[in-house]
Amino acid sequence: MKKQLLSAVLSATMVASMVVGCGSTNAPEGSVSDATVTSGSAATSAAAAAASSEASADATSEASAAETSDASAAASSEVQPTAVTTVGNASGTHFEMWSFVEAHNSFYAGMVDKWNKENPDKQIEVTFTTYPYSDMHNKLLMSLKAGTGAPDICDVEMGQVPNIYEGLDTWLYPLDDAMKPYASDMLQSRLAAYKGSDGKQYGAPFHVGATVMYWNMAELNKYGITKDDVDAVKTWDDYTALGKKYIAANTADGKYFTSADTGGTDWMWLAMAEYGEDWTGGFDGTANVQLDSVKNMLTMQQEWLKDGVAEVSPDGHVDLEAGYQNILDHNIVSFPKAMWYMSRFINYMPDEKGNWYITKCPVFEDGQKCSVGIGGTGTVVTQQSKDPSLAADFLCYAKMSPEGEQEIWNQLGFDVCNISLWTDDTFAHDKTNQYNQFFQNYPYDVLASIKDEIGTIMTVKISPAINDQMNTTTLNAVLEDSEDVDQALQEAQDAIELEE
Amino acid sequence: MKAKKFLYSQKTAPYVFVLPFILSFIIFWVYPLISAIVMSFQNIGAITVQWVGFKNYAKLLKDSVFHIALANSFEYMLFTCLLLIPFPMLFAVLMDSNLVKAKGVWKAVLYIPALTSVVISGTLFRLMFSEYKTGQMNVLMTQLGLQTVKWLKIKWTSEIALLLLCCWRWTGVNMLYFLSGLKSIDKELYESAEMDGASGWSKFRYITLPLIRPTTIYVLTISIYAGLAMFLESFMLWAGNSSPNNIGLTIVGYLYKRGIEKDQMGYACAVGVVLMVIGLIINFIQLYLNGSFKKEEK
Repeated sequence: MKKQLLSAVLSATMVASMVVGCGSTNAPEGSVSDATVTSGSAATSAAAAAASSEASADATSEASAAETSDASAAASSEVQPTAVTTVGNASGTHFEMWSFVEAHNSFYAGMVDKWNKENPDKQIEVTFTTYPYSDMHNKLLMSLKAGTGAPDICDVEMGQVPNIYEGLDTWLYPLDDAMKPYASDMLQSRLAAYKGSDGKQYGAPFHVGATVMYWNMAELNKYGITKDDVDAVKTWDDYTALGKKYIAANTADGKYFTSADTGGTDWMWLAMAEYGEDWTGGFDGTANVQLDSVKNMLTMQQEWLKDGVAEVSPDGHVDLEAGYQNILDHNIVSFPKAMWYMSRFINYMPDEKGNWYITKCPVFEDGQKCSVGIGGTGTVVTQQSKDPSLAADFLCYAKMSPEGEQEIWNQLGFDVCNISLWTDDTFAHDKTNQYNQFFQNYPYDVLASIKDEIGTIMTVKISPAINDQMNTTTLNAVLEDSEDVDQALQEAQDAIELEE
Repeated sequence: MKAKKFLYSQKTAPYVFVLPFILSFIIFWVYPLISAIVMSFQNIGAITVQWVGFKNYAKLLKDSVFHIALANSFEYMLFTCLLLIPFPMLFAVLMDSNLVKAKGVWKAVLYIPALTSVVISGTLFRLMFSEYKTGQMNVLMTQLGLQTVKWLKIKWTSEIALLLLCCWRWTGVNMLYFLSGLKSIDKELYESAEMDGASGWSKFRYITLPLIRPTTIYVLTISIYAGLAMFLESFMLWAGNSSPNNIGLTIVGYLYKRGIEKDQMGYACAVGVVLMVIGLIINFIQLYLNGSFKKEEK
């Protein structure tokens, strides 16, 4: 019996060591530089890194970096880059860059070529790696904590900002100097969202994420609601009245004016920005979800659900499969969402071309702000970079210069943070831009009209706890189970206080 | 010469052969285990580490979300054990008998799901169980003339989805374990039982069941562990770690939420240590009741 066990253990060990052997011998045979590799294997990423390091001037340090990433990849079987690309001048300074969206990396890759053309004395070469969302942030956080293995430049999604920015300038390189040429043109409230608690700028933004109202005019027209009616909506009372008019005209089953989210806090953020409140309390404050704005919004949504003006969003919010289907089926005809949602129309709902109209959001009371910046990517430069100052210069050029912003708008369809461009005719009214073609009006015209009305909700250490509580419990209690708003918020507050 | 002598020595050779296992065991098991226990007594910040004694464990005691996760994981573990032992055993016995034709095909059909990634199958199940009327389950409900159901928002219907996903994936694997157990049973036993006039049921009851007991114990042990450690299925089914009223939250999901999403490694380690202790206790009880600790008869 014992011998059997021993032989089983031994053969298992043999098999295991064979697998390890395969991994290391395969590595050097991977891809060459300047090639796109689309593969699920962690070994391939190490191979690409190793291959590019041979080309780069500083081969030894890169090789060790490749080893580290290989080792950490081996430790977690989930970490699988979906694409690795190296672009730029092989004799220039080499950088590693990670993102969780492949389109972001394609954009940066284009900017590397532009940068090298404009800066012959500061040539760079960048290896881009795309990882799945949580894997990338996980890996970044671990490598920052460990002090080794982090890339030079890395995308950080808004929700992960508090975790990554917690290390301040021990982990990250402040961008304040590098962004000086562009900073005055940027929307300041958006830059503020990517500052650390010490007031330094750690992240470069992609977009404002300004929340606007999307209207399905093609469907609304059928029931006698015109653009003039929509433009006349100034307050939520007007909006509710128009909603009632619509559902009175369209009596078919399963048709609603809008949908309320149980799995996302966009509506709450909009309400808070309108009242100038913030449930996180900022860096120094304490979290408080029992705000007038939140109460008013939830009470209003409960009314809508009762009157049949709204339904609960299928799957919890409009940015998931069932949400897209719901929009495609014209079951809802209006909803507030950030400007970046435009790309969802292009990617998932191309049939809707020409149907939709964009306006600013209604407010509770006249004179309130009518929008809020939601989501975003605050790209950082790490202190582990060989040349953080050059990396920061490139990053700010790519994400804040007019050349970069042009590409962000054309390729990614984001509402760029460089305000000077919003009213620039060649930029904002470019007929060849697919987003300008898709919607009934120019998105940037709406943006320019709400320039000073875009609020900010801070993302701080307590934010994940608040979002978690809202998305799992509170919104479901209020909207699905019709629980009393005050009571649900009191429960939420108790749960969040336990976290602090 | 010395090296050769060393390698051919009967005393050292066994150690050399088990060395890779011992090393990987120490590096990837013992070391993380000890450091997790140490970390569970700490508050780990971005740069500073602080000793907090039993504070993390005290917080666990009154953390109601953790209690929900605990209950969910237990429930899931219990149901998977109830479903994933009798049915695969039944299928294995059928496959081993002459009642089934084209056995290879059936085995392959039952085993293929285990080869798919949980990420893909989880996403497919999420779309199937969508609350929207175009989700497959709701299409089925409509055709049966029933109301559509918000499958993943209600506790018991979401449990069905989870268990279905789990059974779909693991029935084939467990069936193979049982099949290999059945192959090792001496056919002569059945023949002599037949001569004594034993019925099919009594052959199963008095020959098959006792003789595949080692396999059953093995499958039970890994099922308990897998049930308690389930995470990815629920993570994929709700497209993230947040399910309505935490109906899909498991212990490991909670550990992930604390450690990764909220970056509280110390507290997450405490959750992990509790999970390990629970897993150990249940398996020790189970192995003790099965008599695995009794000395083998000689």
